[in-house]
Amino acid sequence: MSANLLEVESLGKRFGGFIALDGIDLAVAAGERVGLIGPNGSGKSTLVNCLCGALGNYTGAVRFDGRNIGGLSAHQRTRLGMARSFQLPRPFASMTVADNIRVPLVYAVAARSGVHMTNEQIVTRSAEMLALVGLADKARQFPRDLTQVEMRKLELARAMAAEPKLLIADEAMAGLSHSEVEDIVALLIRLNQRGITVILIEHIMRAVMTFSQRLVVLVSGKKIADGKPDEVIRNQEVERAYLGQ
Amino acid sequence: MRSGIFFLVAVVVAAIVFGCALAINNDYVFFAGYTVLQFIVLATAWNILGGYTGYVNFGSAAFFALGAYSSVFMHKFYPMPIPVLIVIAAVISGLVGLGMGYLTLRLRGAFFAIATLALAVVLQTLIVNWNYVGGSRGAYVVRPATVAFLGNYVHYLFLLMLGLAVIALTVARTIEHSSLGYGFATIRDDELAAEASGVPTLRLKLIATTISGALMGMAGAPFPYYIGYLQPSSAFGLEYAVNSIAMPIIGGTATWLGPLIGAIVLGSLQQYITVTISSSVNVLIVGLLLVIFVVIAPNGIVGLVQSILRRRRYERKPA
Repeated sequence: MSANLLEVESLGKRFGGFIALDGIDLAVAAGERVGLIGPNGSGKSTLVNCLCGALGNYTGAVRFDGRNIGGLSAHQRTRLGMARSFQLPRPFASMTVADNIRVPLVYAVAARSGVHMTNEQIVTRSAEMLALVGLADKARQFPRDLTQVEMRKLELARAMAAEPKLLIADEAMAGLSHSEVEDIVALLIRLNQRGITVILIEHIMRAVMTFSQRLVVLVSGKKIADGKPDEVIRNQEVERAYLGQ
Repeated sequence: MRSGIFFLVAVVVAAIVFGCALAINNDYVFFAGYTVLQFIVLATAWNILGGYTGYVNFGSAAFFALGAYSSVFMHKFYPMPIPVLIVIAAVISGLVGLGMGYLTLRLRGAFFAIATLALAVVLQTLIVNWNYVGGSRGAYVVRPATVAFLGNYVHYLFLLMLGLAVIALTVARTIEHSSLGYGFATIRDDELAAEASGVPTLRLKLIATTISGALMGMAGAPFPYYIGYLQPSSAFGLEYAVNSIAMPIIGGTATWLGPLIGAIVLGSLQQYITVTISSSVNVLIVGLLLVIFVVIAPNGIVGLVQSILRRRRYERKPA
């Protein structure tokens, strides 16, 4: 196994004539906390979708855990240990919060190991996951009864329930209040301490700066900076991209 | 309740139904009852794809006709007992369901529905032009007057359909309570999120189209023996496509109970109207009821009862 959990090599993606991603190289070491920033439309979500298999037909190579995962579908990548949360929460609306967590337990964890989980095991595990994000008392409610921040936590809990090696959190904090943002950042750091590599895609600079050990900047489909957060934000090119000339 | 116990309970209920029908001792009851039972199977089969995974199939008549015509074919080619024909029909329609799924499941919403409708048209054209099974002239299937043990052949057909209804309901309920059922529901709710949670959506959808198609074919297999003379326009009739959608929607699509209730209510009503008013008012009634239910009770009868019960509970325990 190579030291890097995720290796992206000259990844490119175009939609018709529009080049959304242009030769992205990125390596993420196991256990790292990486922040990914960039202005709107810079290709952050496209990158996530290519990594997770929601978008196919990209050029270049993606290696995960030492294995080329090109051509694998989204659910196969999830089973390999790559989980994501969505920018806009996408809960399973007809199921209770606890049942939302049950899905990755049955379809990712049990399917990966090939071991059948008993109902008690599933109930215990989903209660653990919900306790981890602080939704334990909402287990029997439906997603429509949750607040925005609870919905984001459910999104993270569901991604975490798949027992990933790598978690990609796509704007998990957009639209949240100051204290709610801190809440989620603390949660993500807690997950990282359990040994999970995290890529955080975020607009809220305060959150990104607290969270990231390394910062990657995308601008119009190109990676323009990659390094220590405080150095990256002093980078001329980055300033120009964000503030204009 | 485990599936085995459910199956036993369903068998007991079916036995009671059969006993009651025998007690009434009127052949019409068996004739009408057969049709209602047939719609229970069709509605339940439709609901496995349409209700659980949310893919609306407008081609139910095609699968039903496929079952019926596989029986006609075998009747001419090498006559066999009906239970064997049912198994053959299940295999054929299951395979066609699998094939249809593979070709069309990349389509969503209305486009999937249109594709299934097209499948029905294609199949009907094939049957109309296939001389061996009667072509557009239709085919006579002369049923024996009696059968061993039961005597009356219509009683036998009724009993077979009762058995199929038990099988269909048990299959539906087993799916509902298994991880397969959870997988189906994630597809209905959000396919992208389902994939991200590790659900192999394409494989599950293929399982759903196969099971749904196989059950519809099983419902069609005894039909030529019931009707005696099968022609393409009756096997591919609009009423099968419309009823197998309308019954689950009126009953409620979320559980196995919905299609059962919908089929009993709507099926019995249609039989009653056929006798008292006319058979062509049938489809009108279905259409009217469908509009009424979609507007006032989108979750069907089951959903309506559930929401009333929930409201009562709230009123009793003011928070």
